[in-house]
Amino acid sequence: MATELYLKHTEAESPPRTALTINPAKTCQPIGAMYAALGVHRCLPHSHGSQGCCSYHRSTLTRHYKEPVMAATSSFTEGSSVFGGQSNLLQAFNTIFTLYDPQIIAVHTTCLSETIGDDLPQIIGKATLEGKIPSGRFVLHASTPSYIGSHATGFGSMVRAFVDYFAEKTGKKTETIGVFPGWVEPADMAELKRLLESMEVPYVLLPDTSGVLDGPLTGRFEMYPEGGTKLEDIRRLGDAKASVALGPYCSGPAAKLLDTKCKVPCEMLDLPIGLAATDRFIDTLRRVAGVAVSETIVKERGRLLDMMADMHQYTYGKTVALAGDPDQLCSLAEFLRDLDMKVKYVVTGTPGKAFDARLTELIGAAEEGDWRGAPGDLFALHQKLKQDPTDLLISNSYGKFIARDEGIPFVRFGFPIMDRIGHADFACVGYRGAMRIMEKILGVLMDRQDRDAPNESFELVM
Amino acid sequence: MGGGFAVLEGREGQVSEAGEGPSELVCGKPSLAGSVSQRACVFCGSRVVLYPVADAVHLVHGPVGCAAYTWDIRGAVSTGPQLHRLSFSTDLRETDVVFGGEKRLYASLSALILEHAPRAAFVYSTCIVGLIGDDVAAVCRQVSRERGIPVLPVHSEGFKGTKKDGYRAACDALSALIGTAESDPASYRGESGVAGSPYSINILGEFNLAGEAWIIRRYYERMGIRVQSVMTGDGRVDEIRGAHRARLNVVQCSGSMTYLAKDMKERYGIPFIQVSYFGIDDMAEALYAVATAFPEEPALAERAAVIVAEELAQALPALKAFRKDLEGMRAAIYVGGAFKARSLVKALRLIGVETVLVGSQTGNADDYRNLSALCDPGTIIVDDSNPAELSRFLQLKGANVFIGGVKERPIAYKLGIGFCDHNHERKIPLAGFEGMVNFAREVHASATSPVWKLLAGHGRSGEAVS
Repeated sequence: MATELYLKHTEAESPPRTALTINPAKTCQPIGAMYAALGVHRCLPHSHGSQGCCSYHRSTLTRHYKEPVMAATSSFTEGSSVFGGQSNLLQAFNTIFTLYDPQIIAVHTTCLSETIGDDLPQIIGKATLEGKIPSGRFVLHASTPSYIGSHATGFGSMVRAFVDYFAEKTGKKTETIGVFPGWVEPADMAELKRLLESMEVPYVLLPDTSGVLDGPLTGRFEMYPEGGTKLEDIRRLGDAKASVALGPYCSGPAAKLLDTKCKVPCEMLDLPIGLAATDRFIDTLRRVAGVAVSETIVKERGRLLDMMADMHQYTYGKTVALAGDPDQLCSLAEFLRDLDMKVKYVVTGTPGKAFDARLTELIGAAEEGDWRGAPGDLFALHQKLKQDPTDLLISNSYGKFIARDEGIPFVRFGFPIMDRIGHADFACVGYRGAMRIMEKILGVLMDRQDRDAPNESFELVM
Repeated sequence: MGGGFAVLEGREGQVSEAGEGPSELVCGKPSLAGSVSQRACVFCGSRVVLYPVADAVHLVHGPVGCAAYTWDIRGAVSTGPQLHRLSFSTDLRETDVVFGGEKRLYASLSALILEHAPRAAFVYSTCIVGLIGDDVAAVCRQVSRERGIPVLPVHSEGFKGTKKDGYRAACDALSALIGTAESDPASYRGESGVAGSPYSINILGEFNLAGEAWIIRRYYERMGIRVQSVMTGDGRVDEIRGAHRARLNVVQCSGSMTYLAKDMKERYGIPFIQVSYFGIDDMAEALYAVATAFPEEPALAERAAVIVAEELAQALPALKAFRKDLEGMRAAIYVGGAFKARSLVKALRLIGVETVLVGSQTGNADDYRNLSALCDPGTIIVDDSNPAELSRFLQLKGANVFIGGVKERPIAYKLGIGFCDHNHERKIPLAGFEGMVNFAREVHASATSPVWKLLAGHGRSGEAVS
């Protein structure tokens, strides 16, 4: 019995569900907005809703990053939900600027404040008029009701809000390239910066959680760690030569707005996960910034290719089930295809047709026996795996229950990861990141091969 | 303020020092809007209380977030069904917010019950349900009629108060379940020798984190007591339905379940006592108090004394070894309920650790008065704190170890001090006599770790850490 977790509660088939979500492959918009806002220097995220929302988001982010996560809340009461949250928010501005002294308060809404119809621009305008926002301090907002989109779109909305409130077009174009990294880990943001610097591309990265959610132990508690995109850099985005949006769901809205608002042309790319997607990223930078690809990067590509060649017989034909967010899944699926693996099941909780279309472009249409649940949930994926298992499962930590019940080798990837370390510290983007993904995949596949090998074919050299 | 330390404006009344003379800590008030509060909401309170009922479906009615964030977050273990570890959501979308979510709720509930054949269903209302006006109770009644199992609405809209109000909403749901069926002694899950014992109790406010309820249950059964139900650790619907037949309610975690105990006293005349299972004194007292409640059977107290003696013979030598290293260290405590904080102060004292800061999210005036009397003069006592305040107090008081929950852990580590989770994320049982030894080991493991000594070694050794 101890080995059965969901097993006994998961039948291979059940009547089609019309309303119910079981074991969601997503969560709600506000947590994405909170994560994005943490990537701006001296910015305090603020949840305009009940206390629980803020508490849940901070707990989840803390479990994932093992770092303090700072955010404030409007602490709605029964009264605020009848009379509106304006007085709570005005009081919150006062409390926050007096006590916590951030440069920016990034307000995101919740299902509660959206439904009662709080008019955020009006409230922020009133606070400004009444002098409740000290000089040199700023408030912005993103609309992130929980009943629309998912955590991924919430992230996209908050990045867009930063562009909306702060990007300024002075008319004096610069050589700067705006890079929207999308929802990736602090280590990924740092790796993107390394690649940009290696090619000598002048850039502004928005947001940038490196140095915020991967902080060192210093003996001090820093309310605002030293990392994060600086406000003046966000302003400069308006004069950028071009922008590069990595992942249409998380970065698309900001890049498109920067184009329409400040006439900064945008390049919409997949997240640079895997060889081909990284090629496109590097080539776009070369073209847009007018720079040469550095020798370092050429070598890194070669080393990745070398690893793929060394190991191709171990990845050949292996079937994979993927669960996660659209931007990550597209690039990851493409990389797995290049490793000669077969992406059999793909599930995301984030709604949207663009994902289906892009995935089909990258790896072809679903074949007989394949399944693409978009939107779908992990319970449905578990049922598919019961009917016809795969050789590998890649998902966030919640996949561990399925992996254990069905005995499938498992690689953690995505958000949240609450039971392993490393995801915040070692990058998965770029050529080097792809090598790390390969190491993880081959690690579990080869461990399984070793475990299952009869004594006579238990090999030392693999 | 005796200590002269800065407190956030508007929070002055919520911080005091033990030994300051008669003081009334301001508490039970909503957090200041804009504060980085460690508190949660009504829904959170209901969800943590009912979550361990393992053979019920727990359907969260609202947008997906509330179900996603409470998916398997509590190590409340079950001997059998694992249904409580799945996450069920009506996943309301924009159209439902406009046109109402009742149809979606009805369809979800019906599908779930058909698929999983649970013994009961709990339906949690989230913020938005309170606003769009879904008649959740009516849908529950209808589904209950159609499917023949209890379907209980939990009125846990997040904005309707604090986490404590959520405990109350959960208690209301349990109250609706209690008294709706009789338990069959033949199906008793515990030690078969006590299945027919006339001395029966319900254990309230014990959630079986890391198997703690099993430890407590074994002690009582060794005394000759029948445990009718545990609410809600390793909980079973049928046992809760028959809970009105127990003769005594034993309430732990006073904040969450005293309300239900009072309700059962009124409805069924069942008396209740308040206990704590943390620390040696409190655990022993929890056994004697139950024996005392059944004065007609002196053998209960005799057997309790034997258990205490046996358990102490094992625990005390182990504790002594830990105390040797921990003597003179200073601890900070910030937990959900203040009742538990009292036990922790005593437990820490037993292993030579002085408490220099103690606080809770949801304590009441009585709790804080008791804490003030219990703690050494100078101990900071705080209600509804926040990271900035906590970290300042930790440094001011030179704490070596912090006892708290998920959001407190990284703050302690950043300051370079030890941490012990006494909340949802505890991995080993901390209740009972053996739990006290585990607790001492956890504190020892973290407070004496070599990692904290390495902090001084990177060219900044002159810099004071505490």
